[in-house]
Amino acid sequence: MDVAALTIDRIREDLAARRYSAAELATAALEFAQAENPKTNAYLHFCPERAMAAARRVDERLARGEDPGPLGGVPVAVKDVILTKDVRTTCASRLLEKYVPPYDATAVARLEEAGAVILGKTNCDEFAMGSSNENSAFGPVRNPVDPERVPGGSSGGSAAAVAQGTAVAALGSDTGGSIRQPASFCGVVGVTPTYGRVSRYGLTAFASSLDHVGPLARNVRDSARLLQVIAGRDPMDSTSAFAPVPDYLAGLDEDIRGLKIGLPKEYFQDLATETGDLVAAAVETLKGLGCEIREVSLPTTEYAVPCYYVICTAEASSNLARYDGVRYTIRAEDAESLIDMYRKTRGRGFGAECKRRIMLGTYVLSAGYYDAYYLKAQRVRTLISRDFQAAFEQVDALVAPVSPFPAFKLGEKIDDPLEMYLSDIYTITGDLAGIPCMSVPCGRTADGLPVGLQILTNHFQEPLMFRIAAAYERAAA
Amino acid sequence: MRIDEEQVRYVAALANLELTADEVRRMARELDQILSYMDKLNELDTEGVEPMAQVLYDADPEATLREDREGPTLSNEVALANAPLKGAGHFKVPKVIER
Repeated sequence: MDVAALTIDRIREDLAARRYSAAELATAALEFAQAENPKTNAYLHFCPERAMAAARRVDERLARGEDPGPLGGVPVAVKDVILTKDVRTTCASRLLEKYVPPYDATAVARLEEAGAVILGKTNCDEFAMGSSNENSAFGPVRNPVDPERVPGGSSGGSAAAVAQGTAVAALGSDTGGSIRQPASFCGVVGVTPTYGRVSRYGLTAFASSLDHVGPLARNVRDSARLLQVIAGRDPMDSTSAFAPVPDYLAGLDEDIRGLKIGLPKEYFQDLATETGDLVAAAVETLKGLGCEIREVSLPTTEYAVPCYYVICTAEASSNLARYDGVRYTIRAEDAESLIDMYRKTRGRGFGAECKRRIMLGTYVLSAGYYDAYYLKAQRVRTLISRDFQAAFEQVDALVAPVSPFPAFKLGEKIDDPLEMYLSDIYTITGDLAGIPCMSVPCGRTADGLPVGLQILTNHFQEPLMFRIAAAYERAAA
Repeated sequence: MRIDEEQVRYVAALANLELTADEVRRMARELDQILSYMDKLNELDTEGVEPMAQVLYDADPEATLREDREGPTLSNEVALANAPLKGAGHFKVPKVIER
């Protein structure tokens, strides 16, 4: 079997027809992923015992004539900021190199209940902080499309694994674009659901009011299948939404004639590039499918980057305070006092970007600056959110680029943090507003680098977002 | 200039973060650049605008309440499994109180 070419529908068919067993598929997928991994460093570690146990459970269900579950036998990868019971979860940080969680994230538990086979944990920027995957303590991920280039970040390992074919789908996390941007850089589909749609229980907290768990997959349908399984209220996350989970597959084959699609003009201003041309061609395709295209304005867009980096660093500085050498495996042994132990453990354990964000966050929350930075940014967040609500009164959905440019070279931006932050300009707005958004591949540059089309809808309108994405995907194929 | 090396050392102490002299120098330069950029937010008039701390949706005001009943929990042994140093069912830390 060609593991790299499998889709979820294909696996369902093959298992039902007894072409192979889930255990055979898991064995082949693990072998393939382990053999291919040195090319990209997409996986930090594998969990073969857990994978084989999950696959055997699927085979037992099949043997009893039962449904193997909506993801029965599907080999998946999980970003290493998402907890897996008894399987190391490092957050790509030296501080958690040996950390073995005592429980599963809700999204992980739901994947396995649905029959998914978790092969291993994927590389990412340390604590999900970064846009290139170069902030991993365990080495960068290389883009499978071009190994000289970054896969994007922070879910770079998950995107690279799906693009490389070493996982059929993957879980990522998105706080300011960390699913959509790597999906676009690697040429796969990446979905950031509505805030609260997927439980954050067991997702290592970075910026709690912005953190999302979401799927990456090779096509729109597979990404919808994953979201179907992981979405829904969870008593363990009080911010998870009560809204019932609709059928995400039901509308995928419907046409999109007559839909009003908005182009936020602020997202196209500086886009006289190949990325801009490819996104413009995708917009033409949507027009050809019968959509009415309208220009709309999101006037506060230019304030999104500073707004986001105040809020996310403030929340991060609080969330990362727990890594102090008391509870999580690694401690500076030469400390003279408790405070000295905290300081040495953290100073040696965190990488440069985490330190920068802890410092920024501590600064903007400190006495005398709280109102000027943190409270101000929260007020601006309200304005950004209102922009979207006003736009959705005029149109059904928005489309935009995901990133101003395709995958850049390793080392190209790592020495300029502000330049790196500015690369998130089109993705952080969706996180600030908490609306669902996704990246779907929309072609390649002359150098063969993938570009993503971003589709954004109003809260809980994932069915519409998937429907537009699926129609575009069919038309572009 | 938004932040100098002395302020960097002060904030690092608040954050319980040990920085090398080299890191302090670099951090002062980088944070100053980033904070200057963040000052862009002051161009916007936010008088009377409510701060947004969380994405909120309509729900029954009691929707997140539940019966106060004991549920499954981690055992002491499991909760301590990742401790760098433990003893007598507790996390152990360097001595806090001086004689």
